[in-house]
Amino acid sequence: MIHQYFGLMIRYLKKQNFWFVFTPYFWLILFFFIPLALIFKISISVSEWGMPPYRDLFSLSEEGFKIDSTLSNYLFIFSDPFYIRSYLNSLSLAFTSTILCLVIGYPIAFYVAKSQANIRIILLVLLIIPFWTSFLLRVYAWKVLLQGSGIINSILIHLGFITEPISMLHNHYAVILGVVYTYLPFMILPLYGYLVKFDLNLIDAANDLGAKPVNTFLKVILPLSLPGIIAGSMLVFIPVVGEFVIPEMLGGSDKLYFGKIIWDEFFVNRDWPVASALAMSGIVILIFPIVIFQLMYAKYNFKNE
Amino acid sequence: MQNTILRMNKLFFKIFTLIIGFSFLYFPILTLIAYSFNDNKRVMVWKGFSFRWYKELFQNEQILEAFYTSVKIASLSATFATIMGVMIGFSLTRISKIPARPFFIFLSSSPLVMPEIILGLSLLLFFISSNHIIGFPSSKGQLTVLISHITFSVAFVAVIIQSRLSSYDKNIEEAAQDLGTIPNMIFWKITAPVILPSIISGWLLAFTLSLDDLVVASFTTGPGANTLPIVVFSKVRLGLSPEVNALSAIIMLIVVLAAISVYFINRSHIKK
Repeated sequence: MIHQYFGLMIRYLKKQNFWFVFTPYFWLILFFFIPLALIFKISISVSEWGMPPYRDLFSLSEEGFKIDSTLSNYLFIFSDPFYIRSYLNSLSLAFTSTILCLVIGYPIAFYVAKSQANIRIILLVLLIIPFWTSFLLRVYAWKVLLQGSGIINSILIHLGFITEPISMLHNHYAVILGVVYTYLPFMILPLYGYLVKFDLNLIDAANDLGAKPVNTFLKVILPLSLPGIIAGSMLVFIPVVGEFVIPEMLGGSDKLYFGKIIWDEFFVNRDWPVASALAMSGIVILIFPIVIFQLMYAKYNFKNE
Repeated sequence: MQNTILRMNKLFFKIFTLIIGFSFLYFPILTLIAYSFNDNKRVMVWKGFSFRWYKELFQNEQILEAFYTSVKIASLSATFATIMGVMIGFSLTRISKIPARPFFIFLSSSPLVMPEIILGLSLLLFFISSNHIIGFPSSKGQLTVLISHITFSVAFVAVIIQSRLSSYDKNIEEAAQDLGTIPNMIFWKITAPVILPSIISGWLLAFTLSLDDLVVASFTTGPGANTLPIVVFSKVRLGLSPEVNALSAIIMLIVVLAAISVYFINRSHIKK
């Protein structure tokens, strides 16, 4: 198998422009995969005072070659309910907000995709503008809105629902709201991409054949947009698990999240091996959604070749 | 009659959904812009219309310097990411005999689905180790942020270019080849004009990804390389800042202008 590839590679290199093809892959291996491997290496290293604050995994001294590795960082994480709870909080946040993004995003994507061509392009531009506006500033906007003296409290007081401003910031509901708001375009755009491709006549055909709207949706529209649903869900779920900024800006002390824990472990406690072990466990938890995304991506983007 | 009512209902539901959806997307941003003209230090208490915070924004050295740094890094990052994204797009769609193709597809799309906190941590550890081993990079700063931004942007540009390349008719290129056009000529005269709108969109996306990034930059930055999100975050982490409201309005204006230009680029492209 390998020598076959190797032979192909040699033949191929003679024919094609080697650097043109392989520069970007070398770049990604060097700056994406090697750093990930390094996280793994440091996660099984022993903590130590000094710079860098861990002991080298391999050392060569008078006593000979020595491997200094440990699983204690992982044991430490998984024996402390504090870390486990933050994982569960992040997973439940990611799950809830993915579902909410899907429920809110699907009808929007559907109607935008079904609009007439000239209106559709304008609506699409309107969808992309928030996507391009600074992420940080969109989160900040909610911080402004949800203040005690903020506009939502003022409206509620005006309408007589409440008499005193209520505290809407610094709890996990604010975090969910912020996440749904900022990640909604990541759900809508892939959904739109699949919904816009499919033939609207299929809906008419189903209707003409007497299918109830519910059945048309469940048996025709939904299966055809499934790749979009999966792609969008993964693009929301995976980054939200590692989200740091939104809990930091809108959240309170009621729930701690994975991203914040890594951040503090690295910047505050300066414990690199534990931070790396946390990151590695994050990758392990996310490996399933990542693989689904990769398979979908390969299948639907390269099926014709 | 019943049919008309049903259709009216459907239309109503459609317009209702779109209005609610778009209001949700725009309400927070527009409120922020409205309050950027508020002449009051307390952000949410309206005192009167003024450009006060815009003036203060343009006198704030720290923000201006960070803005300059961010734009520099973002334009360099977008340019390198676009060049490499085009290379990836080509190698995945035009060279059918590339060995181990699924591996390269996997390689090129992996950064799309890696949480940025893990990406930032891994790059920082990498830079520190490589500094220990080969002395490069000599210190953390603009260069390390640039390298990190290129790394995650490449994947996004590659997706855009590759989907354009695989959707247009390859026969045009083959026809040109059959007519004896040299490969370089085919690229510049046929392929490049076709993918130009995607190249522009890819560049703009990479530019905004870099301009927007807080987490990866926080890990990989060093002295003298505070990017705009880092400065903004330090200002709004604990409270509100009227200057940041003004900044939001300006960024929003730039984004709208960019979106309009992309709209016209794509429209003229569709007409062709």
